[in-house]
Amino acid sequence: MALLQIAEPGLSAAPHQHRLSVGIDLGTTNSLVATVRNGISTVLKDIDGSALLPSVVRYTEDGKVHVGYTAQAVQSDDPQNTIISVKRFMGRGLKDVGDVGNLPYRFVEAASTGSGQATSTSSGQASGMLQLRTVAGVKSPVEVSAEILKVLRERAELSLGGELVGAVITVPAYFDDAQRQATKDAAKLAGLNVLRLLNEPTAAAIAYGLDNAAEGVYAVYDLGGGTFDISILKLSKGVFEVLATNGDSALGGDDFDHRIYCWILEKAGLSALGAHDTRLLLTHARTAKEQLTNHAQAQITAVLSGGELVDLALTREAFYAMTQNLVARTLQATRRALRDAKLAVLDIKGVVMVGGSTRMPQVQQAVGELFVQTPLNNLDPDKVVALGASIQANVLAGNRSADDWLLLDVTPLSLGIETMGGLVEKIIPRNSTIPTARAQEFTTYKDGQTAMSIHVLQGERELVSDCRSLAKFELRGIPAMVAGSARIRVTFQVDADGLLSVSARETGSGTEASIVVKPSYGLNNEEITRMLQDSSQHARDDMLARALREQQTEAGQLLEAVANALEQDGDALLDAAALARIRGSMDALHAVQHGNDHQAIKHAVEALNQVTTEFAQRRMDKSVTRALAGHKLSDLES
Amino acid sequence: MKFDLQQDFFSLFDLPANFQIDTSVLEQSYRALQAQVHPDKFTHLSEAERRLSVQWATRANEAYQTLRSPLNRARYLLSLHGVDTQEESNTAMPIDFLMQQMDWREALADAKQTKNTDALAEIEQQVQNMKRVLEQELARDLDNRHDFVAASGIVRKLKFIEKLAEEIASAFDELDN
Repeated sequence: MALLQIAEPGLSAAPHQHRLSVGIDLGTTNSLVATVRNGISTVLKDIDGSALLPSVVRYTEDGKVHVGYTAQAVQSDDPQNTIISVKRFMGRGLKDVGDVGNLPYRFVEAASTGSGQATSTSSGQASGMLQLRTVAGVKSPVEVSAEILKVLRERAELSLGGELVGAVITVPAYFDDAQRQATKDAAKLAGLNVLRLLNEPTAAAIAYGLDNAAEGVYAVYDLGGGTFDISILKLSKGVFEVLATNGDSALGGDDFDHRIYCWILEKAGLSALGAHDTRLLLTHARTAKEQLTNHAQAQITAVLSGGELVDLALTREAFYAMTQNLVARTLQATRRALRDAKLAVLDIKGVVMVGGSTRMPQVQQAVGELFVQTPLNNLDPDKVVALGASIQANVLAGNRSADDWLLLDVTPLSLGIETMGGLVEKIIPRNSTIPTARAQEFTTYKDGQTAMSIHVLQGERELVSDCRSLAKFELRGIPAMVAGSARIRVTFQVDADGLLSVSARETGSGTEASIVVKPSYGLNNEEITRMLQDSSQHARDDMLARALREQQTEAGQLLEAVANALEQDGDALLDAAALARIRGSMDALHAVQHGNDHQAIKHAVEALNQVTTEFAQRRMDKSVTRALAGHKLSDLES
Repeated sequence: MKFDLQQDFFSLFDLPANFQIDTSVLEQSYRALQAQVHPDKFTHLSEAERRLSVQWATRANEAYQTLRSPLNRARYLLSLHGVDTQEESNTAMPIDFLMQQMDWREALADAKQTKNTDALAEIEQQVQNMKRVLEQELARDLDNRHDFVAASGIVRKLKFIEKLAEEIASAFDELDN
C-alpha cells in the first residue's frame, strides 16, 4: 500500500535539499573551517589531514600567495613579506598598534577613508586602517585575511563537493565596529556570503551547550592568540542569552610570547635586532611557552644572523612571574562582566575554557581560583569555536535542525555621539541585546545654523578623545531657525551582526533631510578599485562568473522561500488577485533564473521581493500572534 | 487582535499595563516572541521578510529592556498616561532625601580614597535597600492610588539612586585596577 507523505508544518514538502554552509574561526594564530554533515559538526581537514590552518600569509615576488604551513616555515627568512597575526591589525590604525617598533613589517599609514557617503563629508580625524608594504605591493589587513579565508573556502568546496550557500565567520565578542566591518569585508573579498558574524565565546557556548544539554548560567573564558573575551550566558530551554561580555581585543598568547622575547633580550644583552632575528626569537619564545605547559623548564637555543649564540633556560616560575599581570588583566575583565550581569561568582554553574592560550597552567589555575571551581576543558579549545559556528551556519542556511534553539547576543561596547565640550553622549549602552535601535533628539547651537556635524563614537569613557571614532558626517539642509528650535533625530541601529548604521533627520520644520552612514573602514571605493585592479584578468572573469552564480543562487533561494510561504499561508492570507500577482512574478523570475543576464535576474528578484512585501507582513503578524498564543497555552498548563 | 509595530509594550507581551508585573511571564513572552521574529530565523527568506524580522526583533528587545527595569517601566507607564516625569526640569527634592544622597556620596568618595571595598559594599547594600523601598512606593502610587504626580516624584528619586548605583559599580571597577 502506498503511504501518503505529509510534510512537517513549516517544512517544504519537496525533498529537502541540504544547503552547504560552513563556520569559520578566523583566528589570530590558526584558522579553521567546520561544517555540519549528517547532523554532526566536523572540522574539515586539508589534503594532508591537517585541521588547523596557520593564519600566516606570505607574498612572493612572482605574485604568488602562500598561506598556512608553507608560509609559516619561512617566516624568519622572509619576515617583511610574511604576515602573521594579521587579526591584530584588522580595523586598526598605526597608533593603535603599540609595539610597532618590535614588529618586522614595513607599515604604511593609510589616509583616512572617512566614512561618509552621499552628502556627508569625511574629516581627517578618523584615521584609516594601517597597511603593509610587501614585495607584491601594499596590502591591507582585510586583503591578507581574505587570503586565509579563500584557502578555507576552497578547502570546504573541495571537501563538500559544491558551492557554499554561505558562511558564519566568528569574531571576538569584544571586537568593535571597525574590527567587525573589516572582518565582513575580508569575507566578501574572499567570495563568501556572510550569513552572520558570530561572537567566538557564543559559538563555543553553542557547541558546548548543545553537546551537554546544559542549563543555567555559564561563563566562557576565551583566551586566543591575540584576543581575550569573557562572556556570561544564560542557557535555558534552547535559548542562549548573553547577559554580559567583556574583554580586550589586544591581549592574547602573542603577548605571553612577547614577554619571553623581552626577557631573552634582557638576559642575552641584546638590543635593536633586525627583522629576521626578531621573528626568530619570537618563534623560540612561543616554543618555550608551549613547552612550559608540560615541563618545569624550557631551553631556548638560537643562533642569530650575526653569529651570536643565545642559550638560556626559562623556568615555569620565571614565566609565571613575567606574565602575572597579563593573567590579572583577564580576571579584571571577568569581574567587570560579572558585575554588568549583576551576578556573583557563585551564580556561575560552569566555566568553559576556549582558545589555545587556556592551555597554560597558570591561566587554568587563576580562573579556577576566581570561580572556585575546576574549569571545563572537555571540548578541544582550538576547535570548539569553529564547531559552534558551523552549527549556527547550518541553521541560518535553512537546514532546520531537529532541536530548535535561539541565540540572543549583545553589543560589547557603548555607542554614542559627540556633544558640546568633547563629551560623549551614550545612545546605546554596552550589553544591549541585538538587534537594537535607539533614537535621540539634538538641537542647534546657533541662530540660523543649517548644518550639523555628527561624530559617532564607541567606548565606555566620557571624553571623545578616549573613545574610538567610528564615523563623522554632516547633516546639511537644516532650515535656518533660532538656536534650539530645530529637532535633529539621530537613530542608531545595530544589526544581528553587531554592525552599526546611523541616520539623522531634521523633523522640527516638517521638511526632512536624511542620510544613512554605514561606517566603513579601510575599504573605500578607491581601495576596492585598487584590489580589483590588482587581481589578474583571469581572476576578474572568475569574479564575474561568481557574481552571476550568486545571483542565480539567490533567485533559487527566493523562489523556494516564496513557494514554501505560499504553500503554508497563501490560501489563508491572500486573495486571488494578490496570489496571481505573486505567481506572475515567480514565473518571470523562473524564466530568467538560469540565464546569463545578471541584470535581468537581479530585476526579477527585486520585483518578486516587491510584490511579496505585504504577504510577508501578514505572515509576520501571524507568527507573532502564534508566539503569544503559544505562551498563553503554556500559562494554562502550568 | 491586530499586532502592529505601534502597539504598546505591555500589550506586545500580553501583560496588563501595571507597574507590578510577573517578570517570569515577561521573560517567557519575550523569548516566545524572539523565537518567532529573530533575524536568525529569516536568513534564508525573502528580503521583505528579513527586513520585517529586524524591525520586530528590535522592537521586542526595546520593549523587554523597558519593562524589565522598574525605573524604565514606571517612566513608560507614566508616558502612556500622558504624564511627563520632568526629570530635566523639576529638580526640587525633599530635604531629607538630598541629605541622604550627600551622605552616601561622601561615604563613596571616602571608600574610593581609602580603597575600602568593604565600605563600598556597605553603601551598595544601603542604596539597594532604598531602591526596593522606592519600588514599593511606585507600586502603591501607580497601581493602587493612581497618583501619577506622586509617582513622577518617585521616578525622579529612583533616577538619582540608579545614577549612584552606577557610580558605585565604577568605583568597584577602579579599585580592581
